[in-house]
Amino acid sequence: MLKNIGSKIVSSIDERYDLTPVRNLLQHKKVPEHRHSVWYYMGGVTLFLFIVQLLTGILLLLYYRPGEDSAYESVRFIVTEVKFGWLIRNVHSWSANLLVLFAFVHMFSVFFSKAYQKPRELTWITGFIILVFSLAFGFSGYLLPWNELAFFATKVGTDIVGVVPVIGQPLKVLLRGGEDVTGATLSRFFGIHVAILPAIFTFFLALHLLFIQRQGMHEPEEFKNLPEEKKKYIPFFPDFALKDFLLWVVVFNVLIFLALYFPWELGNKADAFASAPKGIRPEWYFMFMFQSLKFLPAHILFIEGELLGVLFFGVAGLVWMMVPYIKIKHRSGWKFQPLTLIGIFVVIFIVIMTVLGYLL
Amino acid sequence: MRTRVFYLSTTVLLTIFLFGFAFQKTDNKTKQTPKVDNCLSCHKDIDDMPQGYSDYDVHRQAGLTCASCHGGDPSSTDQEAAMSPAKGYAGVPKRKDIPKFCGKCHSNIDYMRIYQPRIATDQVTQYYTSMHGKKLMAGDENVAECASCHTAHSIFPVKDPRATVYKLNIPSTCNKCHGNSELMKKYNLPSNQLEEYSKSVHGIALLKQNDLGAPACNDCHGNHGAMPPGITSISHVCGMCHSSNMEYFNATKMAKAFAEQDFHGCEQCHGNHGVQKPTDDMVGVGKNSKCVDCHDKGDVGYVAAEKIEAEIVQLKNNYDAATNKFLEVREKGMNDVDIGFLLQDAKQNLIQSRTLVHTFDPAKVVVKTKDGMNITNKAIMLSDKEISEYYTRRNGFAAATLAFLVIVIALYLKIKDKEKRKQA
Amino acid sequence: MKINRRKFLNSILGIGGIGGILSIFYPIVSYLIPPKMAEPKVNSVKAGSTSDFAANSYKIVKFGRKPVILIKTVDNQYKALSASCTHLDCIVQYKSDTKQIWCACHNGIYDLNGRNISGPPPRPLEQYDVKIVKDEIVITKMG
Ligand code: HEM
Ligand code: FES
Repeated sequence: MLKNIGSKIVSSIDERYDLTPVRNLLQHKKVPEHRHSVWYYMGGVTLFLFIVQLLTGILLLLYYRPGEDSAYESVRFIVTEVKFGWLIRNVHSWSANLLVLFAFVHMFSVFFSKAYQKPRELTWITGFIILVFSLAFGFSGYLLPWNELAFFATKVGTDIVGVVPVIGQPLKVLLRGGEDVTGATLSRFFGIHVAILPAIFTFFLALHLLFIQRQGMHEPEEFKNLPEEKKKYIPFFPDFALKDFLLWVVVFNVLIFLALYFPWELGNKADAFASAPKGIRPEWYFMFMFQSLKFLPAHILFIEGELLGVLFFGVAGLVWMMVPYIKIKHRSGWKFQPLTLIGIFVVIFIVIMTVLGYLL
Repeated sequence: MRTRVFYLSTTVLLTIFLFGFAFQKTDNKTKQTPKVDNCLSCHKDIDDMPQGYSDYDVHRQAGLTCASCHGGDPSSTDQEAAMSPAKGYAGVPKRKDIPKFCGKCHSNIDYMRIYQPRIATDQVTQYYTSMHGKKLMAGDENVAECASCHTAHSIFPVKDPRATVYKLNIPSTCNKCHGNSELMKKYNLPSNQLEEYSKSVHGIALLKQNDLGAPACNDCHGNHGAMPPGITSISHVCGMCHSSNMEYFNATKMAKAFAEQDFHGCEQCHGNHGVQKPTDDMVGVGKNSKCVDCHDKGDVGYVAAEKIEAEIVQLKNNYDAATNKFLEVREKGMNDVDIGFLLQDAKQNLIQSRTLVHTFDPAKVVVKTKDGMNITNKAIMLSDKEISEYYTRRNGFAAATLAFLVIVIALYLKIKDKEKRKQA
Repeated sequence: MKINRRKFLNSILGIGGIGGILSIFYPIVSYLIPPKMAEPKVNSVKAGSTSDFAANSYKIVKFGRKPVILIKTVDNQYKALSASCTHLDCIVQYKSDTKQIWCACHNGIYDLNGRNISGPPPRPLEQYDVKIVKDEIVITKMG
């Protein structure tokens, strides 16, 4: 019966709007099957987590109140008084972290499978842009509960922006909404977090997804070289979609597990005049940069070490974004492709620096 | 950088402007004094001004001139004439005459009223009852007179932080003489009071925390009528602030016994200048106990002391435990409002039971500690509930997981089926 | 047989699906229902009815996280003031004999407008507004 109603609705929409393109897409889109197929799911998981972020974020907005003397109180109110408020808040925090994690995994899997190469340059670039925005999401969201740790971490974080010559100071003031981290910063971060970023993010995400739908899934070298009859595909709908969905359910379950057993502490309310508490550290995904900056000597030649570090990461980010356009000739004698080597180096660097950041 | 320069220059300009303004104002004021004050101008010219002279001195600000106190004729430019005894010139008063010198005005309410309708005029009378006053009358030139504490030419009202007699400045003002061991030896007095006081609860509150409610020297010793607080009055002195303690103590048999034995009331256990925050083991029978100074094992007091300490320590420990739990609840982001209120109540009980020590009656202390124990226990219970709630939101999670597990398994089997069918 | 298995799987999936949807929507709907205390910051508090509050007496009322002393004066006026002594935070009380607010800790005394009139307290007690709504006493933040 349900099926009947469903198909009636679909046909009536079809009659008016002509759903052929959608139907074509659903019927003809296929996903290659091979050893490395798992990585095809990573983008999907990231997408799912983004949806979770949107929904829990909207829910939090119902009770959250920005402002120096209401932000902390309202978050405390959410986790103590509002039914399941603790769940919503913790899912939002955990999902934010997993989102970044999966975005990184997704990015590196795309990198190592060389999916960014022609014709998917723009998919890569939009992808990188949304990664940067995810980080911005994390950074701006971290301050919103207005607790001690976040307050001081934001102070340190925005201070780093200040070291950039010429534009650094104005940029810092712009970010903070004043010379110091104050209630004004909070209002600003709130606006960035709930209005500006979602709008921009959704735009680039839509582009990203659109590009993917237009071009279909990337086939890795070894798969492409197979004889035609050996190439296995599964239809995107319903087979791949079902698997995607299965994975999402699992991820969701893990998410609420984490939210329940490892909730994010609220800590103490930020007090601008208190001395900084021990163990202020950025969120883990900034750790590798934070730690590298700490390792740099105060001065390298005549330039400030920190400045050099910040510039380095800026340039490195840009280069990484432009990877599809970088061509390095591959000599036949080499075992690995140079770009792959660089990628491996980058991963190792990030992992080591992150680990050191927590150990030291 | 540019903004800095801008700020700097505006501040400088502003300051100059304001200074000009201020000077103009004082100019106006001096013009208001009717006569030309030749004492001041001449003494300024020949650079023979009294030590510590300040233009902001309360007398000068009120429009008094040198001659108002020292006599003479300020309208005359001739030194001889201006300072002739015929014109009432009195010169610099001798030390022993200073109280009367100030008293000319300050003991005269008809005169003082003009300036301050509510001002007291009994300072000189009081002074002569004080040890300082008596000694001065007897010809001792070492003791303090008015100017020793108030200065002669930079006197400020007592509420003015610049005054030597402003509350925060009093300890160091008294210490100018009382910290001089040479001098104090002559009178058989100690000279380390300030040192002791600075380390006491009162001294820390006043000097470190700027708590103007805390007593300075004069709050216990009086000021113009300064005396050591007598043995009998000492508990009244402390009782001005610690009123309940005094009330309880005075109602006990021990108060009488203290009086009979010439014991020093509060001071007997708490000391005087160096009074420290009391600890719970000051009562009881341990090595810091004051009770065992007099009471021996077996007597009623000994038993009471033991009981009182045990009660209070028990409450204190429970209170600490509850506080720790409360902090944990807070940290976990659970509901801590009610627990916070209970703790406030419990703290009140703890304070009260400590105050009740001065009844020396375990039964009275127990009433409060029992309440306190009940409240802290309730706080602990509530905290435990919150903490366990925090750890056991698990049933709902289990149910949800079950549902998701069913979905996952069913989906998995479906997918497998599909694959098989395709292969077939 | 095959068909049956498929049907069976589908219905299991349906049951799981309903469970899953429930376990998502139950928390969300509960979350949407406004909690008892509707706001994180308390701006007003009900303090009982006027009739069971004798003149010349007082009580301590919880106002958010802060204790407030509510006094009914001899001439049936209501006064609400912060109950934390401005000296060292003891809870103050109303003395029905002297008609003053008294802090037992160091004999601090305030008048009924909260002005510190003797003893160590450095500052007045913060005042609250009292309104009577249909015989019920409501305390609100000033201004
Ligand atoms: C919030 C972040 C992101 C979301 C929600 C997202 C979503 C997706 C989805 C759903 C797909 C298709 C499935 C797949 O191949 O995994 C995809 C593909 C892709 N993504 Fe992302 N992505 C994100 C971030 C990134 C980043 C950071 C990059 C690289 C810098 C990137 C580059 C790509 C590329 C090149 C593809 C095409 C891969 C292929 O066709 O096999 N994406 N993305
Ligand atoms: S705490 Fe109230 S007077 Fe000291």
